[in-house]
Amino acid sequence: MSEWVKSERQVERERVRRSRARRSASIATASTIVFIVLVVWGITNSPGWPRVRETFFDGEQFVAALPDVLEGFLLNIRIFVISEVLILVIGLLVALARGIRSPAFFPIRALATLYTDVFRGVPTILVIYLIGFGLPALKLQGIPSDKATLGIIALTLSYGAYVAEVFRAGIESVHPSQVAAARSLGLSHAKTMRFVVVPQATRRVVPPLLNDFVSLQKDTALVATIGPLEALRQAQMHTFNTFDYTPYLAAALIFILLTIPMARLTDHLAARTRRRRGA
Amino acid sequence: MSVLTIDGVWKNFHGHSVLRGIDLEVEPHEVVSLIGASGSGKSTLLRCVNLLETVDDGAIYLDGEEITDPRANVDQVRRRLGIVFQSFNLFPHMTVLDNITLAPRQVHGVARAQAEEQAHGLLSRFGLANKAKAYPDQLSGGQQQRVAIIRALATQPRLMLLDEVTSALDPQLVVEVLQIIRELKESGMTMILTTHEMGFCRDISDQVCFLDGGVLVEKGPPEQIFTAPEQPRTQEFLRSVLESGRF
Repeated sequence: MSEWVKSERQVERERVRRSRARRSASIATASTIVFIVLVVWGITNSPGWPRVRETFFDGEQFVAALPDVLEGFLLNIRIFVISEVLILVIGLLVALARGIRSPAFFPIRALATLYTDVFRGVPTILVIYLIGFGLPALKLQGIPSDKATLGIIALTLSYGAYVAEVFRAGIESVHPSQVAAARSLGLSHAKTMRFVVVPQATRRVVPPLLNDFVSLQKDTALVATIGPLEALRQAQMHTFNTFDYTPYLAAALIFILLTIPMARLTDHLAARTRRRRGA
Repeated sequence: MSVLTIDGVWKNFHGHSVLRGIDLEVEPHEVVSLIGASGSGKSTLLRCVNLLETVDDGAIYLDGEEITDPRANVDQVRRRLGIVFQSFNLFPHMTVLDNITLAPRQVHGVARAQAEEQAHGLLSRFGLANKAKAYPDQLSGGQQQRVAIIRALATQPRLMLLDEVTSALDPQLVVEVLQIIRELKESGMTMILTTHEMGFCRDISDQVCFLDGGVLVEKGPPEQIFTAPEQPRTQEFLRSVLESGRF
């Protein structure tokens, strides 16, 4: 059989497709411009706009506050990265503990269930207060007094409970026939988990996990309530001195700049999973 | 006029041609079988007809209208086709009745009462009258596939595409599905099917097409293809099928 030579018809068809693609692109551009113009027009014509522009969009204040806010943000990043690692460990351990069926380990299972119930129920900001002020008050040996460390502990406890549930959902989504296959090869429950179930579960839960981490990134600002000089706290201090809210805007911008790449990465991974499943 | 005309269709995947200029005419009330080894391109050809794949060259016409035109409305085209898959693909969260009435009601605007009456009619015609309220996981594979065929039938398609509809079934369940297809042929339905069931294929087809490496090697009435194939590649394929005991 001959090799494929593009026919006249196909050349014409591809030309039509290209022109339709161009038309779609120009429609998208036009509607975006219209949308932006309407939004900007709506805001700048609101009665309070002159006042808002003064107190929220002050260029000088922005420049003055930015270095401090950025410096504070480094602490946010530190809190975020350390908690993230701890949360993954705790989340996986708790999820596995909830899956143990052996009667001897009942207390562990009960404890894991109690933990997820309690920490998913209590608002994160309350956990931060309780840990931040309550833990040092115990005056126990070896309890850290550094507010940032206490913030990390609080965030880890709070988010660990969520992440444990995400892991558990992932573990339960692995088809029972996979466990049956592993157990019939003679693998123990623990080895089945380690070599067969958890690797498959982890791949499936990456997108929801990243989603939780995007949320964690911004919740590092809640630690401001117990005092460490992170981004929001720095912005607050500038605001107290000047009664100008521009530093808050600076902090918001920095948070957005960090979460956007994370959100896109989540989308990208989710799309890749979809492609692999051939949808 | 032909129901379906396939005119010089090419399909490439990653620089490799899976279909290499296929020509085929399907007349009204005709049953056309595509046979050939896995990877010969028969399933890809069906996927091109229902526009799940875009052809890379050539054209496909349904009732004389080019459906491979980039400006053609894909949904409009698919409304006129009934497709049944190897793996049934019933919606697990719906009863048999809801599976069948979904497209008539949501796509074709048929009133619920009328759609359900028609669905009950089809179910009793094909021996599933007592399964209307059942969920797919309460049915055997053969029953599920019969429901899938009824679901495709409920939109009164111009052409039915059946892709390996018995491949996922136990041998004793194959019979009931083949019976339904025979009945469809008797009622005058135009069909294209891919199959590994050579005995059935010989029985039911008006035209048999043997594909190999993306090329339509030989086509003709079943008596000719199965008793006196002209092409060496067809002879070789039929010999291997015979040896595997599937004929």
